[in-house]
Amino acid sequence: MTEAALSPSDVPAARTRASITQSKGFLGLMFMLPAAIFLLVFLTYPLGLGVWLGFTDTRIGRDGVFVGLENYQSLWDDSIFWLSVFNTLLYTVVASLLKFALGLWLALLLNEHLPFKAFIRAIVLLPWVVPTVLSAIAFWWIYDTQFSIISWALMNMGVIDSPINFLGSPNNARATVIFTNVWRGIPFVAITLLAGLQTISPSLHEAATLDGATSWQRFRFITLPMLSPLIAVVMTFSVLFTFTDFQLIYVLTRGGPLNATHLMATLSFQRAIPGGQLGEGAAIAVAMVPFLLSAILFSYFGLQRRRWQQGGSDA
Amino acid sequence: MTYSARPADHAMDDESVGMSYLNRAPRRLVTVYLPLAVFVFVLLFPFYWMTITALKPNDELTNFRDFNPLWPENPTLQHIRYLLFETSYPGWLLNTMLVSLGSTILSLIASVLGAYAIERIRFSGSRWIGLGIFLAYLVPPSILFIPLAVMIFKFGIYDSKLALIFTYPTFLIPFCTWLLMGYFRSIPYELEECALVDGASRWQILTKIMLPLSVPGLISAGIFAFTLSWNEFIYALTFIQSSENKTVPVGVLTELVRGDVYEWGALMAGALLGSLPVVLLYSFFVDYYVSSMTGAVKE
Repeated sequence: MTEAALSPSDVPAARTRASITQSKGFLGLMFMLPAAIFLLVFLTYPLGLGVWLGFTDTRIGRDGVFVGLENYQSLWDDSIFWLSVFNTLLYTVVASLLKFALGLWLALLLNEHLPFKAFIRAIVLLPWVVPTVLSAIAFWWIYDTQFSIISWALMNMGVIDSPINFLGSPNNARATVIFTNVWRGIPFVAITLLAGLQTISPSLHEAATLDGATSWQRFRFITLPMLSPLIAVVMTFSVLFTFTDFQLIYVLTRGGPLNATHLMATLSFQRAIPGGQLGEGAAIAVAMVPFLLSAILFSYFGLQRRRWQQGGSDA
Repeated sequence: MTYSARPADHAMDDESVGMSYLNRAPRRLVTVYLPLAVFVFVLLFPFYWMTITALKPNDELTNFRDFNPLWPENPTLQHIRYLLFETSYPGWLLNTMLVSLGSTILSLIASVLGAYAIERIRFSGSRWIGLGIFLAYLVPPSILFIPLAVMIFKFGIYDSKLALIFTYPTFLIPFCTWLLMGYFRSIPYELEECALVDGASRWQILTKIMLPLSVPGLISAGIFAFTLSWNEFIYALTFIQSSENKTVPVGVLTELVRGDVYEWGALMAGALLGSLPVVLLYSFFVDYYVSSMTGAVKE
C-alpha cells in the first residue's frame, strides 16, 4: 500500500531504496537476532522438547529413554485423565459462553452515556489487572466453608439455613471455579468489545431508528454484525486462556474434590512436578495441542473475515 | 492510538443526545444503572473484602455474631506489620520487582528491534515471521513449563531469578512485538524516506525518528509487559524452590499457608500489598493499558 504510493517517478527515493534492498536481508537478520534467539531457545526448542519428553519416561533427576506411545497408552486407560479432559471442556465451554454474554452486556452498558464513564471503565478492569493468584486467594476466603461472607449474607436474608460448601462437593466446586474464572474474564471481553462498539457509526443506529427498528433489531442487525469479527478474535483468546488455565484451579481446589476440578494443565503439573513423572506430564500437555490448534485456526479465519469486511485491504 | 478513542467518544455523546428520547429516566434506571451497579458490585467486592479482612484483628475475622463482618470495628495494621517484619515478604516484593523489570527491559529491546525489522525493513520472509510471532503469542505457558524446567535445570539456573528473567520473554516478546508492529505501522513512511535520503542509517532512523515518535506505544507495551510478568505464576512456581527467591504470588500461596491453620489476615494483607504496585501503575496509565489490551486483539 505505502510502496505503491511512494514509488512513481520519484527517482532519488527509488535509487535509495534500491541500495537498501541489497542489504535488507542482512539488516533484517541483525535486527531480528535478539528476539529470534530468545524465541528459538526458550519457545520453539521447548515445544519440540516437550513433544519428545512425551515419548520418554523421563523423571525428575533421571534422563529417560524413548518408550514410544507408552505414556499415551497409559493415559488412554486413565480415568482421571479423561475426567480432566471432560472438566477442561466443560470449564472452557461454560465459562467462555458466560464471559461472552456478560462481557457483551457490560460493554453495551458502558457504551451508554454515563456520569463518571471513564472512572467506571477504569475500575471495571481491575479484576483483570490484579494478579490472578492474589484475587483467587481473596476468593478462597470468600468461599470458606464456615466463614464465607456469601453464606453469611444469604443466611441473614433467610435464603439458606446452613453455610454453602462452595469447594467441598464436586458440582459446587465446578460451579464455583467457573464463576471465579468468569469474574476474572468479563473485564477483558467487555473492554475489548467496548473498543469495537465505539467504532460503530451512530448514524447507522439513527437511520435504523428512523426506519422503525426496535432496539433489539438494532442490536441484532447492526451492532452484532459489525462486531462479529472482533468477537471472533476476542473469544478465541478467551477460549485459549480458559482452556490452558492453571492458576485459579491451583489456588482454589488443586484439582479436588475427587479430581472434579482437575483441568489438563493442573493434572499435567501434578503428575510432572510434585509427582516427578516429567514424561507423563509432558504427554498430557501435548494432548492439549490439538484443541489449541483448532482455536488458533478459528482465530485465523476470524482475522481473514475482518479484512474482507473492511474492503479487502490486505496490506 | 490513545487519541483514537476521543472522536468516537464524542460521537457517542451525539448519539445519546439525538436518541435520548427513547430512554427516559425511570427506564434507564432499570435497563442501565441497575445492571451496571450489580456488575460493578460483583467485580469489586472481592477487593473490598480483601482490604477489610487485611485490616481486621484476628478475633473479629471469624466472629460474625458480635461484629458486623462488612466493616472492621477495630482496624489494625498487625497483619501488615507481621508480613513486613516477620516473613520474607519484602524480599518477595523485591524479587518480583527485579524479575519484572529485567524481563520487561529485555523484551522491550528485543521487540523494538524485531518489530522495526518486520514492519519497516521488510526483508524477504518478514510477513511469515510476523505471522510466526503472532502464533508464538498463542503458545500458553502451561504446555511449556515442563520442557522449560528440564532446560533450566540443565543450564544450571534452576532456583534463581535468572530462570524467570529468561523465560518470561517467551510470552512478553511476542506480545510486545505484535503491539509495536501495529504502532510502527501508524508512523508515516515519508519521515523515514526523508532521513534515508539525508543519509541516515537504519540504526539512526530507529533511535532518532521511530523511537521518539512511538513513546506512547513503548509505554503501553512496557506497562503491559510489566503487569504480565508481575502476575506470572506457573513458571515462578515450577522454577523456584528456595524461599528467598520466590515472587509475591508464589510466596504468598506457598509460604503463608502453613498446615491447616490459615492466617487469613496475613494472606489478605499479602494479596493486597502484592496487588498495589500493579494497580497503582495501572491507575496512572489507564489509557495506555486499555490501548495495549485492545490493540493486541484488534490487529
